[in-house]
Amino acid sequence: MTDNIKNGMKDSMKDDMKDSMKDSMKDNMRDSKKDCIKDRNAKKTAYGSSHTKAVGGKTVLSIVYIFVGLFVLMMGYFTYFLLAKSEGVINSTYNLRHDVLAKRVVRGKIMSADGKVLAETITDDEGNEIRSYPYGDMYAHVVGRVNRGRSGIEEVENITLLTSYGNSAKAMYNDIVGIKNPGNNVVSTLNSKLTKAAYDALGDDRGAVVAIEPKTGKILAMVSKPSYDPNDIDDDWEMLTEDNNNESPLLNRASQGLYPPGSTFKVITALAYIRENPDYMDYSYKCTGSIDYEGMTIKCSNNKSHGNVDLKEAFARSCNTAFSNIAKDISIEDFRSLSESFFFNRPLPARIVNNPSSFMLAVGESGVKETMQTAIGQGRTLITPLHNAMIAAAVANGGVMMKPYVIDRVESTGGRVIKGYIPEEAAAVMTAKEADYLKSIMRGVVTDGTASKLNSMNVKAAGKTGTAEQEGKESHAWFIGFAPVNDPKIAISVIVENKGSGSEYALPIAEKVFDAYFK
Amino acid sequence: MQFVIELSKYLMLIIVGAFTYHSVRASVNKNVNTHMKSHIWLIVFLFMFHFTGYFIMYLQIQSSRLLWLYVAEALVFILIIILHRFIYPGKSRLLLINMMMFLSIGYIILTRLSFDKAVRQFIISAASLGIGVFIPVLIQRFKCIRKYGWVYGISGIAFLVLVLLIGTESYGATSWLTVFGLFTFQPTEFVKLLYVLCIASLFRNRNDFRIVCAVTAVAAVTVLALVFQKDLGGALIFFVTYIFMLYASTEKPLYLLFGLAGGSAASWIAYTLFDHVKVRVLAWRNPFGYIDKEGYQISQSLFAIGTGGWFGMGLFQGLPTTIPVVDSDFIFSAIAEEFGGFFSLCLILLYINCFLILINVSLKTNDRFYSLLSMGFSVLFIFQVFLSVGGVIKFIPSTGVTLPLISSGGSSIVATVIMFMIIQGVHDENSMEKPNKIGVIIGGEEHD
Repeated sequence: MTDNIKNGMKDSMKDDMKDSMKDSMKDNMRDSKKDCIKDRNAKKTAYGSSHTKAVGGKTVLSIVYIFVGLFVLMMGYFTYFLLAKSEGVINSTYNLRHDVLAKRVVRGKIMSADGKVLAETITDDEGNEIRSYPYGDMYAHVVGRVNRGRSGIEEVENITLLTSYGNSAKAMYNDIVGIKNPGNNVVSTLNSKLTKAAYDALGDDRGAVVAIEPKTGKILAMVSKPSYDPNDIDDDWEMLTEDNNNESPLLNRASQGLYPPGSTFKVITALAYIRENPDYMDYSYKCTGSIDYEGMTIKCSNNKSHGNVDLKEAFARSCNTAFSNIAKDISIEDFRSLSESFFFNRPLPARIVNNPSSFMLAVGESGVKETMQTAIGQGRTLITPLHNAMIAAAVANGGVMMKPYVIDRVESTGGRVIKGYIPEEAAAVMTAKEADYLKSIMRGVVTDGTASKLNSMNVKAAGKTGTAEQEGKESHAWFIGFAPVNDPKIAISVIVENKGSGSEYALPIAEKVFDAYFK
Repeated sequence: MQFVIELSKYLMLIIVGAFTYHSVRASVNKNVNTHMKSHIWLIVFLFMFHFTGYFIMYLQIQSSRLLWLYVAEALVFILIIILHRFIYPGKSRLLLINMMMFLSIGYIILTRLSFDKAVRQFIISAASLGIGVFIPVLIQRFKCIRKYGWVYGISGIAFLVLVLLIGTESYGATSWLTVFGLFTFQPTEFVKLLYVLCIASLFRNRNDFRIVCAVTAVAAVTVLALVFQKDLGGALIFFVTYIFMLYASTEKPLYLLFGLAGGSAASWIAYTLFDHVKVRVLAWRNPFGYIDKEGYQISQSLFAIGTGGWFGMGLFQGLPTTIPVVDSDFIFSAIAEEFGGFFSLCLILLYINCFLILINVSLKTNDRFYSLLSMGFSVLFIFQVFLSVGGVIKFIPSTGVTLPLISSGGSSIVATVIMFMIIQGVHDENSMEKPNKIGVIIGGEEHD
């Protein structure tokens, strides 16, 4: 051991001496050389090997390992990106390459849950590809369009429709010989029977219908009127974009239309009240048809006095005075946080273009008067029909709000499922006990209240009507509800713009949709 | 015609795959005979690849300019291979052919992106290759180049300070010099050479604490000058190169650990101090959240890579020009978009392999200066590749560095070719008969 070091020392000394002799006699160079020798003498064992030897193999190897390791990680990330992430990334509307892909793939079909073709690409006699929508304006908003700005499912699943999974050898062959590959098909959750029923029931009125499966969040129907025919979008574009009497046919009222909720909001108010007042069962109020508060008067519908009512009766008969009286005891802070837990003031957890509903009561800004108006769904609260359907569905589903979704799965042309969407929970917005109570009072609306029209149905329905008053115009008619009460299969939200009362105009539409579903 | 274009796309992938296979085989295999066979195949694949690339492009834009450029490039390749064969029969042909493969990939993708830039790239690289023919002989003739460490170090710093004083700004970094108003160049690229020469020279026969301090001071000043130029990528490359050369010289892992820890701390400080660093990190963490401005470039890059998929869109079939600075810093995205993911992985493998070839030169030489020099260049080269590729695929924040030998950029090409030729000069004449050290080490056998 010591011999080795000595020998090594001797060798290195010799080398160094030779080196320094050979070196040009520049002074500073020599100085540093001397330092070097001195230093080495001082610390013999500090250096295992001679200095003039090349870099050691082990050191080099460790450097090689470090860099090769870095590159392996990087290649792994690259592979992971292409395998798992790229699909989501390239679907962005900012990606200008969609049109490039469209040249290589025949855009896939969009289907209803029951196998009807809602959109497909056909080739005309001259060989031009045309996007065809067999149902015309019935599905225009939810399925969307490809021309004049993509929208709806056509937009959300654009890349999916323009990608071909199938047999990759065959795809490669098609690429080579210049045959376009067939794109994937998107199967929606939409039920064609329900959609047709809702579409027909709305008739020529402006409004929207949304039907959701409470347990899963599947959107069974989504109709908005007035609509437009996506087949003729290019010809009709001028007319569609002129805004005549707030028609806005391009707008999907179901997910983007914001309306005052009217009495349908009493569902939230009732929940706020029972949370703050455990003795809510003992609640009693004497309705005289109107209530005064610091110069403001809130009336019941048609000034009708409901007499002595408990909470359930007040809800069933949509007693405004009772609910605005309740509001005096609700803390604004809690009311707001409850609403926000129901997704007010933020985007809905859905892959559908939507406008956030707004709940404007705020501590320090709002007084008792506004709270009283808000409690009965007037005030400044705004909600979309989709959101209202989600609230009804959450009650129906024992308090768990599911994320609404409209795309069930993606299939290759051969029918192989490439990607399936599974139901996801958005939030547990209330306890099962609270949900049970809300169910019972919503059932009361049908058995003893404003929705008694549904009482004759074979299935037991529950719900809440709403009549959102408009300054100088007819009210918006609302209905939200679900059926059957014991095991809800469908939740619904209906709005008819500027038509009148909910029980008169929205309720019959809901009834037709329920009928179509349970027939 | 579509038929031929599509088929050629797969053909190019196969050629690059075969090239990669043979190149890796030749660099890790100990048997000299397999080397010779591989070299011939590599040359064949190189020319096949180059031809196919121009063939596909000619099919789509029938311009005679393309033919001229192709012929000129092919002639230069042939000339350089012949020259090197006659002047330096013992030198690493593997290194030379790999370098040409990178150049030819660059030629093709640049011609597709911008014909003018491709012509410029060709002229500059041909000139560098021409000058490069003399470099190995100079390196071996003038052994005294090892003695001027301080001169290299100080002139390097002087260059960078000059740039700080009179340089022009481009893409947020002040790193360009305009000479007599005639042409601009990036001194950083040449300072890289001086810097590695300086460190190798100063460490060549001592590595005591005093010299470590002195060299660290030179390196620190150089890196700081780059930080002031806002050239983040450059500063990182210089820093990492120094840390690894220090480690190679002292063989003390502690220096490496301290260096990397210090580097991380410095990066954190840079992040908190400088807005332009924050912007890069922001764009890296959430490019799509800032897609309109900060994240635009990286988003476009990811769109390109993602849309290209595994097989690529084919030359002229994608939209790589939507990516800002695609011809230099983001050229890897253009390659991934049009040549595809598999091709890109092959390209990364080729770079790693090239690193192994370079570092093998460092292992084989018994001259410590040469050994340190080629080690420094190897690390410089591979780390630059890492920053460039990692940045555009969002593996790390983008630092705006070029992809060596492929990106358009005069100074970068000249400097990299000179660097390769210096290593070629260092390469031991007789090493062809010696067993390949990397091969031995990777093969798990003890050497000596």
